[in-house]
Amino acid sequence: MTDGGFSGKAAIAGIGATEFSKNSGRSEWRLACESVLAALDDAQIGVEEVDGFALFTMETNPEIAVARALGIPELTFFSRIPHGGGGACAPVQQAALAVASGVADVVVVYRAFNERSGHRFGAGPPPFAYTANTDQEYRNWINPYGLLTPAQQEAFLARLYMERYGATSADFGQISVLSRKHAANNPKAWFHGRPITLEEHQNSRMIADPLRLLDCCQESDGGQALVIVSTERARDLPHPPAVISAAAQGVGPQQISMSSYYREDIDRMPEVELVARQMWRQAGIGPDQVDAAILYDAFTPMVLLQLEEYGFCGRGEAKDFIAEGNLELDGRLPVNTHGGQLGEGYIHGVNGIAEGVRLVRGTSVNQPAKAIDTVLVTGGSPVPHSALVLTADH
Amino acid sequence: MSDRSQDGPRTSVPRLIITQDNEFWFTAAREGRLEIQRCGECRTLRHPPAPSCPRCRSFVWDTVESSRRATLHSYTVIHHPPDPAFEYPLAVGLVDLEEGTRLVADIAGIPHEELTPGMELEVGFAEHAHGDVLPQLRRPSGGAA
Ligand SMILES: [Zn+2]
Repeated sequence: MTDGGFSGKAAIAGIGATEFSKNSGRSEWRLACESVLAALDDAQIGVEEVDGFALFTMETNPEIAVARALGIPELTFFSRIPHGGGGACAPVQQAALAVASGVADVVVVYRAFNERSGHRFGAGPPPFAYTANTDQEYRNWINPYGLLTPAQQEAFLARLYMERYGATSADFGQISVLSRKHAANNPKAWFHGRPITLEEHQNSRMIADPLRLLDCCQESDGGQALVIVSTERARDLPHPPAVISAAAQGVGPQQISMSSYYREDIDRMPEVELVARQMWRQAGIGPDQVDAAILYDAFTPMVLLQLEEYGFCGRGEAKDFIAEGNLELDGRLPVNTHGGQLGEGYIHGVNGIAEGVRLVRGTSVNQPAKAIDTVLVTGGSPVPHSALVLTADH
Repeated sequence: MSDRSQDGPRTSVPRLIITQDNEFWFTAAREGRLEIQRCGECRTLRHPPAPSCPRCRSFVWDTVESSRRATLHSYTVIHHPPDPAFEYPLAVGLVDLEEGTRLVADIAGIPHEELTPGMELEVGFAEHAHGDVLPQLRRPSGGAA
């Protein structure tokens, strides 16, 4: 491949998850262990072979707790990525770097939480927000005025985008309807069998104008794990490898968590554009070569903004690109085929990575009829960002 | 106000995190002044406060007092979830100060349907959660700013 040294050298060989629910009835620690075992079983790799973990900083189950509970004797690599869902794809980059450089052979990524029955991100600042240090100092400039949740903090961008490009709440609603349509066909989805209409979206209550309830992702309990090994080894395992052709992180100018309000254009996300450039350079492709995409959908407006930052359509054109049917299963770029975090479940983006793997394997419940060789998977925004390109092994 | 507990519901607004980098701003706010940090070398204004100038990297800085005249850059009206520190629906704005930096504050006394990006506002001060005196956006008073 063309750049980065690690492009193409590692692959996702196993995926595994618990059920996605609103009340798991089990500890987050147990959810982590269950999902790790499921992913290793999927890859047909022995538990004792795991020698690395790559996680988020918001993960409450430390790698040593999972290693202890599962009797994993030795770890040579363990890392954690900050910025929550923005970093969703970054642990996979860490894993790929570790595997490609020989630091570890079997690296597991997991995200497990009781985000619905336990602490809900949509309810207010998370527990660590009350720590007085520079990491949380940015809250001084938003929280005292009532911007307390991600939906509220994102609303300024959505409003300005609407003003600037003539987008409407119904344009955002298209994403909600699409996700719920895909989820309706996915037995694993919380909203299995429950599609919605645009009218239902428009009638859903306002949360933080212009964001309505149905613009917001779910809050879920559950765990999702991924197993990363060398592409060479993955070829000998049961499933076709989902080769990590690109994996990148990005921080843009004057970046602030959820509130980069002091840039010239607050409705642009330079950190996303920076990750996009790395995707295309590492994978040696452009947006036209991407067959399907899993775009992080904590809130619907971010899907439109990402379509533009990744270059699938021009600035301000996402609403038309969607209305033309491009994101449908038979469209130019099928998006969030599992139902997204709006429809399947909110596992902080990691369930979307698993869907990217299924698309490459050809096993999505909503597998498009066309060949899917290249899938883009993205992390959250507007925070420090990350993404992956997963490709079939040809 | 609420039957949730004897002490009343508690706000989820974190306490201000006062550091050596931002203390000047909160001290001025308590005294009813809106200050903007200014680089001591290249004179570039910056907000939120930071220890060095992102343009020339100088650690030398002073402040200028804002005229408190502003225009609305973007806004939201928050309905859910409610926090006991505020009344809902709650309008919050991002404004461009006349001096060129931006500022976030809640908006008081303006019907929400009148909010439009570009409209003129004024920065006043009001008591917020935990008794902190902080900026609040209002209709321009018309007189001296
Ligand atoms: Zn300077």
